[in-house]
Amino acid sequence: MSGDAEKLFSKLDADARKSGYFLNPDSAFTMELVEGLLANEKRYGHQACPCRLADGNRLEDLDIICPCDYRDADLDDFGACYCALYVSKEIAEGKAKAEPLPDRRPVGRNERPQFREKKPGRTDSELSHPVWRCRVCGYLAARDEPPGICPICKATKDRFDRFM
Amino acid sequence: MKFEHVDGQDRGKIVLYALSTCVWCKRTKQFLGNLGVGFDYVFVDLLQGAEKESAMAELDKWNPRRSFPTLVINGEKCIIGFKEDEIKEALR
Repeated sequence: MSGDAEKLFSKLDADARKSGYFLNPDSAFTMELVEGLLANEKRYGHQACPCRLADGNRLEDLDIICPCDYRDADLDDFGACYCALYVSKEIAEGKAKAEPLPDRRPVGRNERPQFREKKPGRTDSELSHPVWRCRVCGYLAARDEPPGICPICKATKDRFDRFM
Repeated sequence: MKFEHVDGQDRGKIVLYALSTCVWCKRTKQFLGNLGVGFDYVFVDLLQGAEKESAMAELDKWNPRRSFPTLVINGEKCIIGFKEDEIKEALR
């Protein structure tokens, strides 16, 4: 186990706890995933999901950069994300076990969140600022530009959509 | 395409499509090893160019979602994901 993996694990664990998420309590399993994230960072330049085949191009992979756009929906429906790095509180406390789950990522490229045509739900000229929504965790920010890093899930600026 | 072979009991042609970074794939590979059956596997993420395309085209026939792990047994049964019970049952 590399020192880099230990470091990334500690960071992910601390970030998760702060924001109400939980890493898989099976530490051997989780460390292997963390090693996978580092391997993908090394070969692709970004931490693509270890359990999905990445393209290598950042925009193509944007929806599967960890945490992926599908994590929260999978946590709601299955108690774990697709690779099971993130799990529900119940699984984190050992009251249930993470099981493999189907991939909800659209097969068609143009149906993926970064390529879908987007229109703000409503645009209200009375608003003093546009509102930006994080595609990963749903965090909303009313400001001229999306934040550089989502304060909740640490997703990057390019993963925000105009919401209002 | 370059498949790696793991020796074991002959239960027909068992082919595992996997990713080198995927932990569910690793578990599937270990599980097959523990069952003691012979199988071939390929880490699709480590292939390049035409080899990768041909692996993905083959995988697509069995699993249009192209997800991993995908296990193809005797060219007739496909098990998607690390499903211990299904794998055990299929290889009895």
